[in-house]
Amino acid sequence: MKRHLISAADLSRGDAVLILDTAEELASLADRPIKKLPTLRGRTVVNLFYEDSTRTRISFEAAAKRLSADVINFSAKGSSVAKGESLKDTALTLEAMGADAVIIRHGASGAAHRLAGWVQGSVLNAGDGTHEHPTQALLDAFTIRRRLAGGVRGGGEPPRDRGVPGGRPPGLASRGAGLDGLRVTIVGDVLHSRVARSNVLLLSTLGAEVTLAAPPTLLPLAVGSWPCAVSYDLDSELSKSDVVMMLRVQQERMTAAYFPSVREYSRRYGLDAARMARLPGHAIVMHPGPMNRGVEIAAEVADSVRSTIVEQVANGVTTRMAVLYLLLGGTEFPATGVAL
Amino acid sequence: MCAARNPVAGRDGLAVLDSEEIRRALTRIAHEILERTHGGDGVILLGIPTRGVPLARRLAARIGEFEGLDVPCGSLDVTMHRDDLRLHPARALGRTELPPGGVDGRTVVLVDDVLYSGRTVRAALDALNDLGRPRAVQLAVLVDRGHRELPIRADYVGKNLPTSQREVVHVLLTEVDAQDSVMISGEGGKR
Repeated sequence: MKRHLISAADLSRGDAVLILDTAEELASLADRPIKKLPTLRGRTVVNLFYEDSTRTRISFEAAAKRLSADVINFSAKGSSVAKGESLKDTALTLEAMGADAVIIRHGASGAAHRLAGWVQGSVLNAGDGTHEHPTQALLDAFTIRRRLAGGVRGGGEPPRDRGVPGGRPPGLASRGAGLDGLRVTIVGDVLHSRVARSNVLLLSTLGAEVTLAAPPTLLPLAVGSWPCAVSYDLDSELSKSDVVMMLRVQQERMTAAYFPSVREYSRRYGLDAARMARLPGHAIVMHPGPMNRGVEIAAEVADSVRSTIVEQVANGVTTRMAVLYLLLGGTEFPATGVAL
Repeated sequence: MCAARNPVAGRDGLAVLDSEEIRRALTRIAHEILERTHGGDGVILLGIPTRGVPLARRLAARIGEFEGLDVPCGSLDVTMHRDDLRLHPARALGRTELPPGGVDGRTVVLVDDVLYSGRTVRAALDALNDLGRPRAVQLAVLVDRGHRELPIRADYVGKNLPTSQREVVHVLLTEVDAQDSVMISGEGGKR
């Protein structure tokens, strides 16, 4: 593991599998009477959020608190940022307060990378502009592995029985495994999606075959250099997908007309019940949230048993605990760049 | 805790227990557990990963043979409770798996391969504290090599092995290392 987590590309397959295995062990904590571990006692984690977020901020906060770290929440609204303080000055302020880790969400791509050059502690990218959101990719990979890898594929194993004392915890079989051979189709607004970029990088590192299905206007120019296939036709991809990951249409980032109408987009790239019926029996439907019900995903699909949307949120806390533990739990300054 | 990080290195050392002796020691410990707990009622065995887990399973099997008693058996990972976390890079976690019914009101026997500083056992007591309230906690180890740094002792000991702190004790078990033996070697620093 490196000191920071800026991009999913920083993770080798070994790093990624270690994070997923660690998360697997931490998952049982959710079923215990005391959902807390003393590991990061005395460490300070700052949530530095320049963009609105509910699930990511709360997820990181819950993860840090379950590891007994002190959490300072900072949102740009109502802070000195509103008075014009620069990112660097804010960073130096946090540094002076002794932050061991800074979790940053920022509207500008590359903000986390810049920040890493200014602070001593670890920097965790919680979404920078349209660039990356590596912990989302990790929790998605964790969700996919729990549901589909390690021989449970086709079972559609129910997530509810996890941690039943004495019962075999799901994911046990998948320990150490990657996502080899699984076919993941990522659908929709790839252009504005940091989730898509991080997922393409991480899932391909773990051995999955990733296909992007989107209208040409919503694909980035450089998509040809990404480790994935590209399709303009969702329907042709459905029957061969183990995982369909729907992306939110990010209207707040859209400065031009990328498709003629929401209705047309929904007809061609939205996942409705008819399209879901054409998926293989074991396939799962994912969405990083927040959803636009009726645009990229129909309500009946979002609420179906194939949907892992709620599970993804629960897995988010577990996966972020694993990342925080692996970045902060050991020696403060590893002698080498690779600590494991 | 003092299990071999690199079992191959231990093969140059001196064998202090062979597989027969390990078997006999575990048989005796199983009898002692039954005796001390008045027939093993309410006992659960929790192995500390890595090598405490197969030892706990073997003890449970032995007790089952002797008394026809099905002793619940699980594992207790102590990594997150260790006091030396910041001295090493972050370690991979082991598995914590409690038997049905948990630890509340039970007599928990912690099982580990080597007792040395006692710090692993302290971490295990902390970890157990977060899982419930056992009626009593006891400790079974295959080898007690001395040099305690905390006021902790074992209730059941396979073999007391006087060592120097410069020596390294390796416990090898079939389930993990494809052979059963306890080795002691002179090289290496602490552990």
